[in-house]
Amino acid sequence: MRVALFATCLTDTFFPETARAVVRLLERLGCSVEFPLDQTCCGQMHFNTGYREHARPLARKYTDVFAGYDHVVAPSGSCAGMVREIHPTLGESPPRTFELAEFLVDVLGVTDVGAWFPHRVTYHPTCHSLRMLGVGDKPLALLRAVKALDLVELPDSTHCCGFGGTFAVKNAETSTAMLADKMTCVLSTGAEVVSAGDNSCLMHIGGGLSRLRTGVRPVHLAEILASTEEDPWLATR
Amino acid sequence: MASAREEILQRIRDARVPAAEPVVRGYRDTGPGGVELFAERVADYRAVVHVVTDVPEALDRLRGKRIVVPPDVPAEWLVDGVEWLHEPLTIEELDRSDGVLTGCAVAIADTGTIVLDGGVAQGRRALTLLPDHHLCVVRADQIAASVPEALHRLEPTRPLTFISGPSATSDIELNRVEGVHGPRTLEVLVIT
Amino acid sequence: MARNPVTWLGSPTFPKAAHKALADTQLRQNLRKATGTIRGRRAAAVAEMTDWEQLRVAGEQIKNDVLARLDTLLVQLEESVTARGGVVHWARDAEEANRIVLDLCREEQATEVVKVKSMATAEIGLNEALEAGGVHAVETDLAELIVQLGDDRPSHILVPAIHRNRSEIREIFQRRMGVEVSDEPADLAEAARVHLREKFLTTKVAISGANFAVADTGSIVVLESEGNGRMCLTLPDTLITVMGIEKLVPSWQDLEVFLQLLPRSSTAERMNPYTSVWTGVTPGDGPQRFHLVLIDNGRTATLRDSVGRQALRCIRCSACLNVCPVYERTGGQSYGSVYPGPIGAILTPQLVGDMRDPQAASLPYASSLCGACFEVCPVRIDIPSVLTHLRAEAVEAKGRTAESVAMAAAAWMFKEASRYEKAQRAGALARFLARDGRITSLPWPGSRWTSSRDAPAPPSESFRAWWRRNRG
Repeated sequence: MRVALFATCLTDTFFPETARAVVRLLERLGCSVEFPLDQTCCGQMHFNTGYREHARPLARKYTDVFAGYDHVVAPSGSCAGMVREIHPTLGESPPRTFELAEFLVDVLGVTDVGAWFPHRVTYHPTCHSLRMLGVGDKPLALLRAVKALDLVELPDSTHCCGFGGTFAVKNAETSTAMLADKMTCVLSTGAEVVSAGDNSCLMHIGGGLSRLRTGVRPVHLAEILASTEEDPWLATR
Repeated sequence: MASAREEILQRIRDARVPAAEPVVRGYRDTGPGGVELFAERVADYRAVVHVVTDVPEALDRLRGKRIVVPPDVPAEWLVDGVEWLHEPLTIEELDRSDGVLTGCAVAIADTGTIVLDGGVAQGRRALTLLPDHHLCVVRADQIAASVPEALHRLEPTRPLTFISGPSATSDIELNRVEGVHGPRTLEVLVIT
Repeated sequence: MARNPVTWLGSPTFPKAAHKALADTQLRQNLRKATGTIRGRRAAAVAEMTDWEQLRVAGEQIKNDVLARLDTLLVQLEESVTARGGVVHWARDAEEANRIVLDLCREEQATEVVKVKSMATAEIGLNEALEAGGVHAVETDLAELIVQLGDDRPSHILVPAIHRNRSEIREIFQRRMGVEVSDEPADLAEAARVHLREKFLTTKVAISGANFAVADTGSIVVLESEGNGRMCLTLPDTLITVMGIEKLVPSWQDLEVFLQLLPRSSTAERMNPYTSVWTGVTPGDGPQRFHLVLIDNGRTATLRDSVGRQALRCIRCSACLNVCPVYERTGGQSYGSVYPGPIGAILTPQLVGDMRDPQAASLPYASSLCGACFEVCPVRIDIPSVLTHLRAEAVEAKGRTAESVAMAAAAWMFKEASRYEKAQRAGALARFLARDGRITSLPWPGSRWTSSRDAPAPPSESFRAWWRRNRG
């Protein structure tokens, strides 16, 4: 199956290992992955902050760049949500765009992707995956099938981590209060890795965990699923 | 200058809200119903429920008390040994009574609700409000299964009171406690 | 035009108000406890309903129909209320509504009135207006009473004193009622009963709001728990009901939807203890004079906005407040309005009607857009969509700011992949700020991030650079 990767600007720029993991994972599952180099940003930050008119040309660009692909996959629930739910309100008809977990489960029909990840992991289902896209427990189904992975349930998992895009800086203190509670829940699990399907939320949770030197690492779901016994994930960063 | 009425109506028209799609009533309009469910749901509110076959027998507990009754209460409910208070009654008299005995218009099994409409054996609204103890007689055939079924049976222009358990409040720490201004004891007699 | 009292004069913007609230340990604890309790109870009450989604859809559609036919339905309501002996008044704004109510009180020669909890009267600042006119309004809802006796402001739609715990309530009651009382909720409720009993039995004028008004029958509906509503709606000679023009339902049958949606969404009960329905005046039963005051106060302006008008579907259940992570931490008073929480963040600025007001314009940003509010809303108000819509209005009203310049620059950069890549390469230099892969301190505005979170160091090679090197 021919699949276009929409890396998202955040992952492309700050978390390239996640995008490389998506490529590795999808190719292992028999997909032919393409990365149209003209892609940039879906316009979510602009739209959500009130700069709708700036988001419009970016939505346009997205449609143009990915036209002709039957499946676009993004390692981000919020960017996939922006494309699927918001771009149409900006007058676009974007190509079918999937968040990674729903692409794996719904389109490829797999839950066991042959991964191996010998770590204790807790999973935060990000708000847009959960409520905008309705991804449900598909990520958990994928994680449960990973060999050697010790999955621990995250208390109050559906509560927002407090990122919210520019909310994290415009209402930094409220955002931090939400983050504090999320970190408390993460730490209560005794997990060494907190995973999610969105690097933006992980940057937030991970940024807090790092500031407090908790030693808990944020790892995108794609990197866990890409990890195998032969080619394991390494804490390189 | 246009009146407030004309101005508001004009502003509404100027808003040009497009016609809405038709309402789809895909929800349940009925339910399992029945005396048992009704009794269970009433009891969930910490109301007292008795399922009985005979009203007078069940009223034995009222002996020695001063109980308000609506004007058209069935004669056989007025058992001996109770001081029955008849209308006209002042607010103070109602307030000083020990309780009130009424029938109801409709009851709802799904929600454990009784509805009074000022009809037979119910009286005006103040009667069931000021006495601290309300005994309500519900006939099995008055129990509607669901909220939609109950509303269908009611006449909306009558003064209606839906009662679901004793007076309560959730205003302290968002948890329910019983007993504020309305009757603190609700006793329901279901007649089968 | 007079200032809309829906926001409190002099309130700081949301981030400033939140700064203070977040540091209030007692408030944080009270809110955590109360919202946690109600969230769990609501979820259970809703889980019992197999047709909850169908009810939500019907609720949404009925309210949309009301908004589409509002003029006709209001005229119909007026006719049915009048036919049953009621008098209908119309008020364009708060000032006009307050004047109507005050005049009615004066006609009855009332110096004191009893009140049932009502958002509409709180929104228009009725109590203050009556007080200025020599009429004292006694709040009879327990939570409203706590707020009134504590000289406080409301912080929740359903439970205005949610920010107070039992021991604080005890303190207020002892101080203002002059009684000894324990902090047991049942004892506190008893104290309120005793305190208000005489008022209920003797006051001649009552003021209420309305949860619903049925256009074709003229019936008004009030849902409550304590019985204070029944007292006010039954015992006085005169009843004045103040109602927003959007509180209509077209027909009696429509109530079957809302009487199922509202109690479970607000107090998490199958049914609230008491619901009163009255139509005009009933001879020999209840108030013999009935006035209905219909208020606009910003609603028709809200109606003009095709996205924002859905806020007028709101039935004031407060489920969105209880699930909101922002509300839970900042409390209701941070919103500076009688309508706090997610619904307040979209309703308040629209009723204010002026996005140049910095406080009102800060409210749509008081959300992480997590969507929990939309998920629980019984009439399916897409609050996140309205929030982003109003943010766009706030941006437009603000004009050129440092932020708008930065946003324009970012948009320009993203429009061309080549510019974006150049920026990526330039930004990658920031990794030299990093130690061990993390940046702990950035200059403003990045400092707002690094004040509590480390920032990731940009990698030496972006994904696209890697792709080009390996696959290009």
